[in-house]
Amino acid sequence: MAAETQRDTQQYDALVGRQYRHGFFTDIESDTLPPGLNEDVVRFISKKKREPEFLTTWRLRALRHWLTMREPTWAHVRFKPIDYQAISYYSAPKSKANAPKSLAEVDPKLLETYDKLGVPLHERARLAGVAVDAVFDSVSVATTFKERLAEAGVIFGSFSEAVQNHPELIEQYLGTVVPHTDNFFAALNSAVFTDGSFVFVPKGVRCPMELSTYFRINAANTGQFERTLIIAEAGSHVSYLEGCTAPMRDENQLHAAVVELVALDDAEIKYSTVQNWYPGDEHGVGGIYNFVTKRGECRGRNAKISWTQVETGSAITWKYPSCVLRGENSVGEFYSVATTNNYQQADTGTKMIHIGANTRSTIVSKGISAGHGQNTYRGLVKILPSAHGARNFTQCDSLLIGGQCGAHTFPYVEVKNPGATVEHEASTSKISEEQLFYCLQRGISAEDAVNMIVSGFCKSVFKELPMEFAVEAQALLAVTLEGAVG
Amino acid sequence: MSALLEVEDLVVSVGTKKVLDGLSLTIAAGSVHAIMGPNGSGKSTLGYALAGRPGYEVVSGSVRYRSENLLELPPEERARAGLFLGFQYPVEIPGVNNVYLLKAAVNAARKAQGQPEVDAFEFLKLVREKMQLMQMDEAFLSRGVNEGFSGGEKKRNEILQMLVLEPTLAVLDETDSGLDIDAMKIVARGINSLRSAQRAVLLITHYQRLLDHVVPDYVHVLARGRIVKSGDRTLALELERRGYDWILEAA
Repeated sequence: MAAETQRDTQQYDALVGRQYRHGFFTDIESDTLPPGLNEDVVRFISKKKREPEFLTTWRLRALRHWLTMREPTWAHVRFKPIDYQAISYYSAPKSKANAPKSLAEVDPKLLETYDKLGVPLHERARLAGVAVDAVFDSVSVATTFKERLAEAGVIFGSFSEAVQNHPELIEQYLGTVVPHTDNFFAALNSAVFTDGSFVFVPKGVRCPMELSTYFRINAANTGQFERTLIIAEAGSHVSYLEGCTAPMRDENQLHAAVVELVALDDAEIKYSTVQNWYPGDEHGVGGIYNFVTKRGECRGRNAKISWTQVETGSAITWKYPSCVLRGENSVGEFYSVATTNNYQQADTGTKMIHIGANTRSTIVSKGISAGHGQNTYRGLVKILPSAHGARNFTQCDSLLIGGQCGAHTFPYVEVKNPGATVEHEASTSKISEEQLFYCLQRGISAEDAVNMIVSGFCKSVFKELPMEFAVEAQALLAVTLEGAVG
Repeated sequence: MSALLEVEDLVVSVGTKKVLDGLSLTIAAGSVHAIMGPNGSGKSTLGYALAGRPGYEVVSGSVRYRSENLLELPPEERARAGLFLGFQYPVEIPGVNNVYLLKAAVNAARKAQGQPEVDAFEFLKLVREKMQLMQMDEAFLSRGVNEGFSGGEKKRNEILQMLVLEPTLAVLDETDSGLDIDAMKIVARGINSLRSAQRAVLLITHYQRLLDHVVPDYVHVLARGRIVKSGDRTLALELERRGYDWILEAA
């Protein structure tokens, strides 16, 4: 087995060497590693990406640590055991031969959804995974966009590019917020991640536009093990949008991404996510396992990190965007809407770790369950002895639609400084027959009424999203909950 | 005069309890009817049964609205056909703007009639006009539906919705309860402004004081699930003076 892999690796290396002339991104097309995970595989990935020594070593350390770990079982989710040796860790675009050739070959249901969400026609092909080479509209948009960013001194691109062009920044920051030993999925990601996003905002710069993965061309297939690193230097400001409201098709069931944010003195990072991976069908078959580690560190004084997420997709979501509030007066925020319909399961929340004095955090979580969906809020507010005057406010609301779904709340609070203030509010409500009838009596259909009530419920989170994202998120919620009320 | 609403021998149960027991009532376009009666006589049930609230089961009898079988229609279609129920206890819908709900309601009715959606600017103008009539503050538009409203504000909001939706038949369930005299006058003005030859109003009320301001053409007494006495507005005055017992004894 090992010998075989080695031989394969050599073959690939030869292939890679030959094809580099044609450019990095085209040569990826031609190869895929056989399933399995060992040190050779990690070395292969690192070599293939022409990574510096420190990164290869780091990946290997992560792998060695991962091998000693077990998949966590504490989350309130159920799934069949994952066979990690059955996954191919260098799944370069799964040969376009398998992809649909045109929109005509795409699942009509998916197209219907695009219609409902108003996704522009030229975008649909890309989202549905149709084998098109480039989307010229977005290429030109992206080019203009990159020029403007360069003028401001902002570095924004794929993680691979950053490894080549700014290895010193990667070496300085990678793994400093989410160490390679952090947890099972983060360790796995550290060993085998293939690409992701990198953002660096220099001192005092206010990023001139919202950064969106949408514009990050030439890094389209990063789905499975994505690695994102955002660094905001002192006094800088950046808003980053991840994902997109239209449902994305993906062959890989397991997604284990890692996102690290670093905010220095007076810097602010706003990270917004709309997650709509395939949730499986109405019987709970298929769907993405989204096991994500997201964490930001307010490393400097008065720094601020704000997470806003709208989670509607995936069969299973396991995700706790967190803030380490190290700098004095730093601020962490978490605004979340998580929806589960049919047989979806979500275990999501946040961790706010207060280390610095006068650090403040706000948690607003809205969980919506419909169908047989199971929705769990899990949150930790930890106030360390050094965090004098720290404050936290948590609000955690659940909305149930129908009688077969579930909502669960696990708030953990650890306060080690007597001067801290921690407030927690929680509520669970059902869309009442009274509310529904009130809307019906005004001529509004049951479906529109539910959407309206749900949007109202989520309002305090939606208002944190950038404007156009908020509108899309609302439409997305409507589509997700379709059929939730008969 | 053609009958707008014809209720015949209506029997309605809620759970296992028979609440309406052979109620008959005919309302002509252009008229205002008041239904009075002691607590628990079935007044609110009549309103809910007409509006089609789930849980209010029509056991027998018929209801014709504009010559059609009203009972066949789901509640939202009844509403779109011009039947409005002013709730006794309007529910709160947190986070949903008043103006948003109103617009969705207007557009739902327009869509059912094959009309295009209302122009946002025109709509706001109309709503502001009606709000002025109801002496409501502008800030109210962006507040959540009935969210944190006082009892009086909720009732005024019901009437505002009615004025914007311009129903053919408005059933107002104890809209006067919980109103001080000034608020009652404002509410009455709103109701009166809707009166026309094409429309009818059914006032469900406990006290006759609203009827000083909205003068009904007919007054009915509902007791034990049916109408036991009908008359003109002097009946209301008599009830005020003598209470319900004399009618209940006679019935």
